[in-house]
Amino acid sequence: MENSQLLVFFLSSIGKILIIVHLLLIGVMAMIWAERRVSGWMQDRLGPNRVGFQGILQPIADGLKFLFKEDLIPDHVDKPLYVLAPAMLLVPAMVTIAVVPFGSSITILGNEIPLQIADINIGILYVLAVTSLGVYGVVLGAWASNNKYSLLGGLRSSAQMISYELTLGLAIIGVLMLTSSLSLREIAMAQGSYPWHWNFLIHFPAFLAFTTAMFAETNRLPFDLAEAEQELVAGYHTEYSSMKFAMFFMAEYMNMIVGSTVVVTLFLGGWHFFGLENIGGPVWSGLISFGIFFVKTAIFLFVFIWVRWTLPRFRYDQLMNLGWKFLLPVALTSIVVTGTLWIMTNSRLIVGIGNVVSAFIVVSIVAGLLVMKTPKPAIQDSDENSHQPLSTQ
Amino acid sequence: MRKDPNRVSGEPMTLNFGPQHPATHGTLRIVVELDGETVLKATPHLGYLHTGFEKLGEHHDYNQYIVVTDRMNYLSPLSNNFGYVLAVEKLMDIQVPERCEYVRVILAELSRIADHMIWLGMGALDLGAFTVMLYGFEEREKLYSIFEKTTGARLTTSYTRVGGLMRDIYDGFEEDVRTFLSTFPKTLKEVHTLLTRNRIWMDRTKDVGVVSAEDAIDYGLTGPCLRASGVDWDLRKAEPYSYYEEFDFDVPVGTNGDVYDRYLVRMEEMIQSGRIVQQALDNLPDGPVNVDDYKISLPTKEDAYGNIEGLIHHFKIIMDGHGVQPPAGEVYCATESPNGELGFYIVSDGSGKAYRIRIRPPSFMHFQAVPHMIEGGMVSDIVAVLGSLNIIAGELDR
Repeated sequence: MENSQLLVFFLSSIGKILIIVHLLLIGVMAMIWAERRVSGWMQDRLGPNRVGFQGILQPIADGLKFLFKEDLIPDHVDKPLYVLAPAMLLVPAMVTIAVVPFGSSITILGNEIPLQIADINIGILYVLAVTSLGVYGVVLGAWASNNKYSLLGGLRSSAQMISYELTLGLAIIGVLMLTSSLSLREIAMAQGSYPWHWNFLIHFPAFLAFTTAMFAETNRLPFDLAEAEQELVAGYHTEYSSMKFAMFFMAEYMNMIVGSTVVVTLFLGGWHFFGLENIGGPVWSGLISFGIFFVKTAIFLFVFIWVRWTLPRFRYDQLMNLGWKFLLPVALTSIVVTGTLWIMTNSRLIVGIGNVVSAFIVVSIVAGLLVMKTPKPAIQDSDENSHQPLSTQ
Repeated sequence: MRKDPNRVSGEPMTLNFGPQHPATHGTLRIVVELDGETVLKATPHLGYLHTGFEKLGEHHDYNQYIVVTDRMNYLSPLSNNFGYVLAVEKLMDIQVPERCEYVRVILAELSRIADHMIWLGMGALDLGAFTVMLYGFEEREKLYSIFEKTTGARLTTSYTRVGGLMRDIYDGFEEDVRTFLSTFPKTLKEVHTLLTRNRIWMDRTKDVGVVSAEDAIDYGLTGPCLRASGVDWDLRKAEPYSYYEEFDFDVPVGTNGDVYDRYLVRMEEMIQSGRIVQQALDNLPDGPVNVDDYKISLPTKEDAYGNIEGLIHHFKIIMDGHGVQPPAGEVYCATESPNGELGFYIVSDGSGKAYRIRIRPPSFMHFQAVPHMIEGGMVSDIVAVLGSLNIIAGELDR
């Protein structure tokens, strides 16, 4: 590489890192505000609307409050781990974004700058590896807190994250097979401009499994068993206060944002949208593609919020059931079916149809087996209509 | 997934569930022994909200004590007011005017709806459905506005008096209530959409906290919790009071006695309460709301200021030792409060204050059944069961 190219690479990388990290941090604040306002809207109330226009500065006020709170370290904790744990959760959440392509590319002064911090050829492995590190923060934080509620939260979290990590990894194998690449940029590019070419249609069951596992990875309702404030007070961060608690809080939102960008890249066509990303010159097309990516991520984040304020929480064993008995078989079947049909027909349409049909069959079989194995309820006189309220005199 | 409670791997962990815990509404405490997440043994403790309500009855006169009853089940104070004065009236053998009974029934049923709305919201919140809680609170808020206009207070209603009511209902009460009756089923429908066929909700509530009909009777469960187990027992039907026999309503009965059935029974009870209120409003008689006896109820202001008889009685009924004085004797009178059988046992020595007041709160009996329901379940089931029982610490610890 020539010196000038090296310089351009160096400078542009620093610029991109600065921009993306700040966007991520601002995104976290925006998400906190959006979550509170959207939940308010869903629940017939206002939500925070006092600080700044429509309450947009509320997260800053909250952040300041956290900074000024006393940073209490209880006597009974394992101090080094206790202090380290929030960072161990926050850092993996933040560095995952490095391999996610957030737009096509911008050409400045003849130098093409891809809109991605690092286009490494094993990008997807990097994502899986780094996100799975996050569980250490939760488990060690819970363990170091020396609190029974924290411990239970940490145990739940580790079991949950490890189980769903499998689904997360297996669900994307079909995508990788059709793309023949592990690079996130190439996966996004291979999907093309039109929604009917995007991976979420070709690998629909895998898409659902991946999204569900993503929810579980981010510890959000209906999978927020690790916190479950009605059961475990605050779960793994019960003993944390001040900025340390805020870091756990930020990590959750950062995981959401990063998770959304990964889903958008893998399944929702990345920065493509009906060829809109090709309009304009070398600079404008790059910016437009970034805008498209941004909007797609925002829509997906809205789904995160929507689900959280709609669904109740799973129980620990039900969560494991869902992960091991439904999502994992669906993901495994998806691999077999995608591979077989792709070799036999080389047609994306047939792969897509085959995936949906096979997933349907698998879920039916598993559900049937579970129904057969379920023990009868304790009381014998339950009839078919037992779920209906019976009005008698 | 239920594990065999006898199969312990390693040493069980003792977890203090409460008294300061988000799921123990009020201040309850359950000491649970855990094997992993499975509850091996649960020991409920009470007394964290002890207020001496029963003892206060010996130092307050009969009308003053109404104020105390507000604070017992703080989700439905009007039902407590109602149950208490009914007991005193039974002791004194007073027949209150028909209009008074109808108004009491309307308010008791409305407070049943308010109570169930909060129960629904808090129960759903415990299982993570936050939005349902706010939907429930919104309806309760509308009811509390009606209560506030009627009684002057949202929570501390103290609306009933021995032999009548504090005052008649306000003009426009009927329209307000009818508006509420026409709108609240919509919220229930939304909640049904959100929860009733929701897979997660069903998984969390079905076959959780099961109590068979025999066990429910043995434990002394009453109200929706008893009916969810399949026992068709409602004091409004079984031992009607205050013209309940004249209203046409159904008593929903469950089959499995699990959390899900308790949820469905309470949901249906709100609709049935709406029917009762509707009928009571349609047939609301005119006339006075207080008994025509100045030894029992306060004279009207015209009488108090207009003639000497009224003035004297006005003073006497307020003065210590000259007011309401039931004959010596004892009485037990139970009403179907939103949570179940709310009974007042009053012993009178013929003076202006009760010799002893003993309360039979539904929550007390429900709390003793908690270990039976949660042992063998998981930590998450504790909150589901506690939520479904609607244990109110105020009446639990009198």
